[in-house]
Amino acid sequence: MELPRYHRMRRALYRLEGTSCPSCSRRFFPPRAVCPACRKGGLEPFPFSGRGTLYSYTRITQAPRGFASVAPYAVGMVRLEEGPLVSAPLADTDGIDLSIGMPVEMVTRRIHEASENGPIVYGYKFRPRLRPPRQ
Amino acid sequence: MRDVGIIGIGQTAVAEHWDRSIEDLAVEAITEARRDAGTDRADALFVGNMLSGELAGQENLATAIADAAALLPIEALKIEAACASGGAALRAAWLAVASGAHDYALVVGVEKMTDHLTDGVTAALATAADADYEAGFGISFVALTALLMRRYMHDHAARREDFAAFSINSHRNAALNPRALYRQPITVADFIASPVVADPINVLDSAGICDGAAALLICPAAEAGRARRTPVRIAASACATDTLGLAERADPLVWQAVAGSARLAYDRAKVGPKDIDLFEVHDAFSIVSVLTLEACGFADRGSALRLAAEGRIALEGDIPICTLGGLKGRGHPVGASGVYQIVEVVQQLRGEAGPAQVKGARVGMAQSVGGSGSVSVTHILRA
Repeated sequence: MELPRYHRMRRALYRLEGTSCPSCSRRFFPPRAVCPACRKGGLEPFPFSGRGTLYSYTRITQAPRGFASVAPYAVGMVRLEEGPLVSAPLADTDGIDLSIGMPVEMVTRRIHEASENGPIVYGYKFRPRLRPPRQ
Repeated sequence: MRDVGIIGIGQTAVAEHWDRSIEDLAVEAITEARRDAGTDRADALFVGNMLSGELAGQENLATAIADAAALLPIEALKIEAACASGGAALRAAWLAVASGAHDYALVVGVEKMTDHLTDGVTAALATAADADYEAGFGISFVALTALLMRRYMHDHAARREDFAAFSINSHRNAALNPRALYRQPITVADFIASPVVADPINVLDSAGICDGAAALLICPAAEAGRARRTPVRIAASACATDTLGLAERADPLVWQAVAGSARLAYDRAKVGPKDIDLFEVHDAFSIVSVLTLEACGFADRGSALRLAAEGRIALEGDIPICTLGGLKGRGHPVGASGVYQIVEVVQQLRGEAGPAQVKGARVGMAQSVGGSGSVSVTHILRA
């Protein structure tokens, strides 16, 4: 990933920060500039809790260039507690039977292997939830 | 808008053309289409291509092809809409001719993928997804589709082998098409034994990496009567879009762009699913055929697998799909596939599909899909 792109994505990558629409309260991840429902701008930053449940998952055997050294690896779609679905890599899944609906939580991990002169990119992944949800 | 007809078709064999460049392939298809039409007239060239920059290091591709085909100095533009680029190129040409801006327009869809190893092609294809939030995380294009297939299996209690009927149908039809890539029939046992790409998707769920070009010559219907061949009329051309990121949809299993472009096309052609004699589906993966048939009104939600199980998608069924092999059997040179589909519908409507002929075919539909259902172009043709 190019440094400027990494820099401008840092809030989303590190804090799972999306946006919310002040007029209809819909929340978006990834962040949007214009609300698709209201068709208005002025959206505000919204950090998600990082808790959710697994909507779907797969294990990639044939990896794209740049990810071969970590293949096979699991990715999934997570339904966040606040509503949106997010696509993300899954972490700490070795020996675990993944299942649709299982609780997961966000962790910060290395996303991309270092390329020559490139940054090591860190960002969100989701792992099977360790702690019970707060009451 | 003027009525528009297709008066010439051309195609290369779909193969691993290691000895031929992207321009070579395009020129062969264009030459065949002009010969078929029996005219040298061409006022503009629309090139459908997705990956020439990524895989051939060549942008400005339309100029390169116009030059190689000795078409200079006509207008030449590349149209890119991911895997729907071929359908989008015909739509751009149709807009030009229907509006009166041009009279005779050439369309060529071309892709050259086999200069690279699979990991490079996989990364290039992932540019159809969200670069920041999907591809950047190593979520390949196949993986996105696998997420859909897993969820579909969960919601509708489907098994992996239930999807085999789509790949078997495409391979069976490809065996009847001399230009197709995979001309060997496959069985359910082959499907189950096939290696996994991103589970539950295996190699025999997936259209292969290959090279090819297909071309069309279109003109106003009023002039098409003078052509060497009986023209096939473009009854509808439509395009619709959905969110780039698969996760950003209210329901990822409902393909709104696919449904939307089909609905616009049905309205314009004044037909419904029951009037369609054959449907060239964008079967890049078997789950894509399932979601497409449901989105386009051929099956209720959760019931498209039954259409295949009951043989209704076969050549002799009531809704034959992928009649000359589809993306799975003929091959999927991505930016070319949408034009191959149109060439094949024209073959069917002319009654020239040989052993793959759908009897009495009068109305054919072809649909190109790009990204994870994020852009879709639908055409309906009439004999």
